[in-house]
Amino acid sequence: MTVNISVTINGTTYQKDVEPRTLLVHFIRDTLGLTGTNIGCDTVQCGACTIHMDGMAIKSCATLAVQADGSQITTIEGLAKDGELHPMQQAFWDNHGLQCGYCTPGMIMAATKLVENNPGITEEEIRHGLEGNLCRCTGYANIVKSIKAAAQAMGGGA
Amino acid sequence: MYPSKFDYYRAGSVSEALSLMQQHEDAKLLAGGHSLVPVMNLRLATPPVLIDIGRIGDLKGISSVGGSVKIGPLTTHAMIEASADVPALMSQAASGIADPQVRNRGTIGGNIAHADPASDWPTVLTALGATINIAGSNGERSVGATDFFQGLFETSLEENEIITSISVPSHGEGTGSSYAKLFHPASGYAIVGAAAVITMSGGQCTGASVAVGGLTECATKAPSVEAALTGKALNEATIAAAADAVAGDLTGDILSDFQTSAAYRKAMVKVYVKRAVSAAAGI
Amino acid sequence: MGNYIGKVVKRVEDPRFIQGKGRYIANLNLPGMSYAAIKRSPHAHANIKSINVEKARNMEGVIAVMTGKDLAESGLGTLPCGFTPPDIKLPPYPALAIDKIRYMGHGVAVVVAESRYLAQDALDLIEVNYEVLDAVVDAKKAREEGAPQVHEETPNNTSFYWPIGDKEAVEKAISEADHVVDLNLINQRLVPNAMEPRAVVAQWDDFSGEMTVWTTTQNPHVIRVLMSAFTLFIPENKLRVISPDVGGGFGSKIFHYPEEIIIPWLSKALNRSVKWVSLRSESFVTDAHGRDHVTNCKLALKSDGTFTGLYVSIHANMGGYLSLFAPMVPSALCLTLLNGIYTIPAIYGETYGVMTHTVPVDAYRGAGRPEASYMVERLINIAAQELNMDPLEIRRKNLIQPDAFPFQTQVALVYDSGNYPGLLDKAEEVSGYQAMRAAQKQARGEGKLVGIGVSTCIEACGVAPSKAVISLGAGVGLWESGSIRVHPTGMISVFTGNHSHGQGHETTFAQVVADELGVPIENIEVIHGDTGRSSMGLGTYGSRSNVGMAALSKTAEKIREKVIKIAAHQLEASVEDMVYDQEKGEIHVKGSPDKKKAFGEIAFACLTAHELPDGMEPGLEETSFYDPENFVFPNSAHICLVEIDRNTGEVEIKKYTAIDDVGKVINPMIVEGQIQGGIAQGVGQALWEHGAYDDQGQLLAGSMMDYAMPKAGKLVDYQVDRTETPSPHNPLGVKGVGEMGTIASTVSMANAVMDALSPLGIKHLDMPLTAEKIWNAIQNSGS
Repeated sequence: MTVNISVTINGTTYQKDVEPRTLLVHFIRDTLGLTGTNIGCDTVQCGACTIHMDGMAIKSCATLAVQADGSQITTIEGLAKDGELHPMQQAFWDNHGLQCGYCTPGMIMAATKLVENNPGITEEEIRHGLEGNLCRCTGYANIVKSIKAAAQAMGGGA
Repeated sequence: MYPSKFDYYRAGSVSEALSLMQQHEDAKLLAGGHSLVPVMNLRLATPPVLIDIGRIGDLKGISSVGGSVKIGPLTTHAMIEASADVPALMSQAASGIADPQVRNRGTIGGNIAHADPASDWPTVLTALGATINIAGSNGERSVGATDFFQGLFETSLEENEIITSISVPSHGEGTGSSYAKLFHPASGYAIVGAAAVITMSGGQCTGASVAVGGLTECATKAPSVEAALTGKALNEATIAAAADAVAGDLTGDILSDFQTSAAYRKAMVKVYVKRAVSAAAGI
Repeated sequence: MGNYIGKVVKRVEDPRFIQGKGRYIANLNLPGMSYAAIKRSPHAHANIKSINVEKARNMEGVIAVMTGKDLAESGLGTLPCGFTPPDIKLPPYPALAIDKIRYMGHGVAVVVAESRYLAQDALDLIEVNYEVLDAVVDAKKAREEGAPQVHEETPNNTSFYWPIGDKEAVEKAISEADHVVDLNLINQRLVPNAMEPRAVVAQWDDFSGEMTVWTTTQNPHVIRVLMSAFTLFIPENKLRVISPDVGGGFGSKIFHYPEEIIIPWLSKALNRSVKWVSLRSESFVTDAHGRDHVTNCKLALKSDGTFTGLYVSIHANMGGYLSLFAPMVPSALCLTLLNGIYTIPAIYGETYGVMTHTVPVDAYRGAGRPEASYMVERLINIAAQELNMDPLEIRRKNLIQPDAFPFQTQVALVYDSGNYPGLLDKAEEVSGYQAMRAAQKQARGEGKLVGIGVSTCIEACGVAPSKAVISLGAGVGLWESGSIRVHPTGMISVFTGNHSHGQGHETTFAQVVADELGVPIENIEVIHGDTGRSSMGLGTYGSRSNVGMAALSKTAEKIREKVIKIAAHQLEASVEDMVYDQEKGEIHVKGSPDKKKAFGEIAFACLTAHELPDGMEPGLEETSFYDPENFVFPNSAHICLVEIDRNTGEVEIKKYTAIDDVGKVINPMIVEGQIQGGIAQGVGQALWEHGAYDDQGQLLAGSMMDYAMPKAGKLVDYQVDRTETPSPHNPLGVKGVGEMGTIASTVSMANAVMDALSPLGIKHLDMPLTAEKIWNAIQNSGS
């Protein structure tokens, strides 16, 4: 069985037949070739696959592609606009918020929404907000620092 | 990460969902998918048919009806976390469920139908005296939370039934609440969860509803704790004594695993009941 | 010298990572790709009675199904072990199990299909009939009489025995000591969990007869050698191993893994590109685990706290097979560090390498050195407690003094440089130690369980020179290569045999070359992780990238020499009169700064080649193979503060201070990041992480739902500072930084928790110091 779905990702609308069992993350990575969204676990813990769907940060490994039918999605590839990095991307670069880079797309996508939803976000709120994103390299110190800096740049910040 | 094959049907309404369920006996309902898809990813569940109810608009949202709040089963944890209309206990508990991304997709209906003993909603809804409203091929019925949760991943939902809403009574003046949870260090699920709704009048506890979960096969009320609180002037000592009474309210086996023994859970439930009651009573 | 070295330079690799353009192997898709999945044993110890693959083979979309027997019969080699102490017993390690299972997770069959989903479907159709046998998972129990035997080749499950030091002298010190601390401890098993799961893609080119293998490895050249000589038997000149962006390693991606043999073999057999990407649940049962030592250790002291002797006996769990460097970790990388940063007149250590029915254990961040530090620093803390001394005071009393270098330890190594008293002083000052102690006293008065953890550590980095490493039992020397290719326009390609999987080599190595040659860093590209591009090198582990940087420093010297000769020729001056200005990238005549040539002009002259000195070859490209004269020895002192919730046993980290001496610093931002990440990993071991097995060899902590990784909400902002004693063993004065944070933080955190519990008379608890374990200890203390 296949189902025809239509999903708008980073401004482009894709219409595809998918097997219902196809996970959204596999649809994005394998069907569409947008490989910036990573997979780091198989139990919905690590957050590497975080994307924005209809304005919210979600984990694309726990969502079926058929559930995304008709939705608007942004992946890490669509975050920068007109060749200019998103302030969150810039902040991760400026503050050494990444090392191996594997958790980074998910971190950036999750963090972007944390700040958008809470412009005056505090360090404690940032740390709590990263409950669903694991990083094995940085010890989180520079990730927290990056998000704080981005919150400032995005017009808020505690 | 690779679910097995299944057929997929999308229901546009509750009645359509019910009729699809009748046509496909082994079908599972798909709401947000955040309880179901993870177990399908590991092929621990291999349903041959999924009926997607995630787009039924009637099933999503929060509304106030008289003295209670009606919550659609497709309402996400994040919506409850952000809501000013639900009891404060619910938004507080929601903020500790999993992580922000999961809260954005996971639904309260999917969660309680899954009935994971380590979930927070069963405990919270039990303490709140919530009612689960259910539609089935034989009509509609309502079940109190205490009767709804039956055991390990077990509810009183029959095959061919679907949750249509959850009704939660609103608190009156002078009522406080709190949910206290010992988080599993990896999964974030409740090793022990305690929810308390406490009504105070003139320094005295005039009403107490307490439930615990995480440590037994399903969330349970703590009548001994409630009795020990009601009519008392609450202070640290009376609350501690009441919390200790929870031991008598635990039924069935206490869960244990390689990380957390039953003995530790039994000890911690007292601590967390005390914390929940103290916070609810503002002490 | 120095426009770049010692300065914060933002990482040049970051733009691709922050935009989702990381070149991870899972992102690689080749034309005609097929997808592999592996059927793994759910049992730890079992005989395979039969495997039926017919249904899977006949499934639509399945290209091939192979069993361990199929592979062995095709002539594939077994996985080699690269560290072999005398008399080691080495059972063969087949890529897929043939007739016997020795750890849960070992593969029994592989499926190749047209899609990964179909491959998974086919796995479910494979029927394996197992005869399940009793298992043994504990290193100590495995050596007991009657324990289930893992291999015929290793009687009593003992693969090797590795002693070092003077046993008699230590026994004498213990018998004559005023005070002896005798401690049994367990350094628990860890699961590495780099965020990127391992992956292998292989592409056999039937036209050229060449094999290309992309694999998530920290050392592609080493893997190529092993594939050529021991496993795949494809000549090195027909085999290219590429390790592009790798999402973290922490040791777990050093080793030669079964899939690195299986996937290329299938690619050749099927004449298709084949891709395998590990699931996280597979990572848990196939990536080599870390630590897992059962230890008895004793510290002998005088009553004034002076150390007189140290005894250590380790049962090291090797798992079901010997992984590539496994025997080295609890022996040469652990026992040689028992000296710490102290004067200890007599030291003896011994290690039994023990086989069990568990996932093979090998190097994990720190590899042997955290285990050594843990023993020494736990013993010292207990001694301080028992002798009623401050933990800083007892350490100070025994420190190696700054004038004692080079310092010959009791356990083979010669320390290069250090100022250990200065290190401890700085840690005391920066952490506000005395104020914390005063506050602790007050908090204790209020019944609070507040603890301050102190630790120091030393690490032997570089894992070189080759002669020393081979004398300890290694199969290869650990030198490093570095090549610099100056293009005619002055742009530069730098090739290193090191590999970056998060360390930022593309930035730091460029900083070194930019300063060595006086060129803008933008003109340099650092290339690593491809045997088809860089010269043979040994990869990155053991904080050894300093060796690669030193190699590049040597190479740059050769480039400068040639550039100077050409400039001298063109300016009609003698070579001796030339000055190479490394800040400007100009070469001028001494005393005549206007008589000069720019670096770029010389680079172009090497193309045109008509203005070169007689007999000089055109082109501007050099390579060095650098074998260090000794290890380098970074050292550190960490101090942290915790509070324990008496009601639940939960530990809250209040403060963390790290002072590290990593020698000369190339990029302070990156050094700080390495320390921070290391701290979190060490704290993870101290408080949360445990690769726990049940008695029958089932891995209980087999997913991220169960295995507690450090999370942001549990950690704090760290105070990270440095002292600096350049290493004389390295031309740049650098030491090493990758593992320091982890080595020091594990035991400083453990010491903090035990300090908090000390008023209750609790002497020692094994890690992880979980809430329940602490709560139980509090209950049992009777307070």
